[in-house]
Amino acid sequence: MSLLLEAQDLHKSFGGLRAVDGISLQLKQGEVLGFLGPNGAGKTTTMKMLTGFLAPTSGSASICGEQVTTGNVDARKNIGYLPEGAPLYGEMTTRDFLLFVAQTHGLKGKDAAERVEEASVAVHLEGVMGQKIETLSKGFKRRVGLAAAIMHAPDVLILDEPTDGLDPNQKHDVRRLIKAMAKDRAIIISTHILEEVEALCTRAIIINKGRIVADDVPSKLKEKSRYAGAVSMLVEAEEVAIIQAGLKTISGIQDIETASEGQGVRVTAIPKRGVAIADAVAGIADKEGWHISQFAIDAGRLDDVFRQLTAGGRA
Amino acid sequence: MIRTIFKREFSSYFATPLAYVFLVIFLVLQGMFTFYLGGFFEREQADLASFFAYHPWLYLFLVPAVAMRLWAEERKSGTIELLLTLPVPVGAIVAGKFLAAIAFVGLALFLTFPIWITVNWLGNPDNGVILTGYLGSLLMAAAYLAIGSAMSAMTKNQVIAFILTVTTCFLFVVSGLPMVLDFFSSWLPETLLLAIANLSFLTHFDGLQKGVVSLADIIYFGSVTVFWLWVTRIIVDSKREAG
Repeated sequence: MSLLLEAQDLHKSFGGLRAVDGISLQLKQGEVLGFLGPNGAGKTTTMKMLTGFLAPTSGSASICGEQVTTGNVDARKNIGYLPEGAPLYGEMTTRDFLLFVAQTHGLKGKDAAERVEEASVAVHLEGVMGQKIETLSKGFKRRVGLAAAIMHAPDVLILDEPTDGLDPNQKHDVRRLIKAMAKDRAIIISTHILEEVEALCTRAIIINKGRIVADDVPSKLKEKSRYAGAVSMLVEAEEVAIIQAGLKTISGIQDIETASEGQGVRVTAIPKRGVAIADAVAGIADKEGWHISQFAIDAGRLDDVFRQLTAGGRA
Repeated sequence: MIRTIFKREFSSYFATPLAYVFLVIFLVLQGMFTFYLGGFFEREQADLASFFAYHPWLYLFLVPAVAMRLWAEERKSGTIELLLTLPVPVGAIVAGKFLAAIAFVGLALFLTFPIWITVNWLGNPDNGVILTGYLGSLLMAAAYLAIGSAMSAMTKNQVIAFILTVTTCFLFVVSGLPMVLDFFSSWLPETLLLAIANLSFLTHFDGLQKGVVSLADIIYFGSVTVFWLWVTRIIVDSKREAG
């Protein structure tokens, strides 16, 4: 798989504020990279540097071997970019806007019209092609932005919060689209929705205060969670005390959490790091005859890892 | 590339009522200045001197209104990020936007043709002089617009862009007026005084509206325009961080 995007030690300061403080990454064809991080962590600034909108204070980035600068038009030909909030020319119709974008990519006449058609079909814009963009709903606007980003079939797609503000159905559509496009390009998406990373990304990077604090496949990241390997059971309220006592006899368990859920109570046994406790819990439950309506082993929780890695400074 | 930007920009003027409001106001004011202030009929001369004489003052308020949205609107709505990440050189965007604005002002100027018909119907004017006047007027408008483009790039607020443009253009206009020159004449050497007078739009437009095509005047308006477009480009690049 070929290397499509490379960033080396990117720094960006605004006045005295270090927004991005040494970010390096490489992205290969077929990868979908999720950018995670709290607001103000530097995700958007990093994306702005990768697309050549902002010049880095130091460091460099290249896309398809072409150095990204604010002046290098050739690098931008290989990038499809959806800026944060998907800014669009509201007074234009969808078709005129997409034609404009196609023309800036050097497409002319029939070619441009065909590409616009393809891109708009891909994101289901057929019904609103003649409508002014400012009259469209949020979901449609976002899709117009996406159509503009994928117009020229770029090798690298950089999407800043592509599903922000969409309803669950629209989110699903956009995710399916991103997945379909992932095969022969490299994609970076930033998001606040952790389930999106699990559903979509082959790799996730967590950024905090301008630095990368984690870079791994989502499943591996989840294993860093204290909930990885935890056993969660839905039990009857009367039995909670007995069960808690029973669980305490298992040496691998570090902590027990309870939370009421409907008529019953959810008991979660959190293991010591790296210890498997499921067999022991199942064994004791069977022996003591606990009434368990649900029994699940937690794969770990991304939100937990996220908080662990990014909340440090604030606590 | 310049053509693509030009087309989008020019048609965006007509996407809102702004274009039509502007054209109507431009033509009405044009008529008022020419006939009432300029005394078109009272002069009983078959020329358009009373028409052109007020252009520098008319442009002072109307041209900044055309230029103010060029960049400020893009920065306010965030589309600047979209625009500057498309594979189009910044220079082409600056040029395309400027050309769209000058084409729009050119259209407004073209729509004043009834006055040309009127003067030809009433008498036998020197149409060469009139053509030169139109050319000079358009060149002057270009200089106003280039200043307006730079001011618009400096701010997200169109009203501020408008005020900055009017102020800067005003300085360029009045630097040729006797009252300003008198102020300097007592203590500035002759050459500097001449330089200030030469900076004025009025000084250079005067010859053109009278039918005198002087290369110096054309070069003057051309270089003022190019200079301010170059400034625009620098400002656009330096304001990226401010969004």
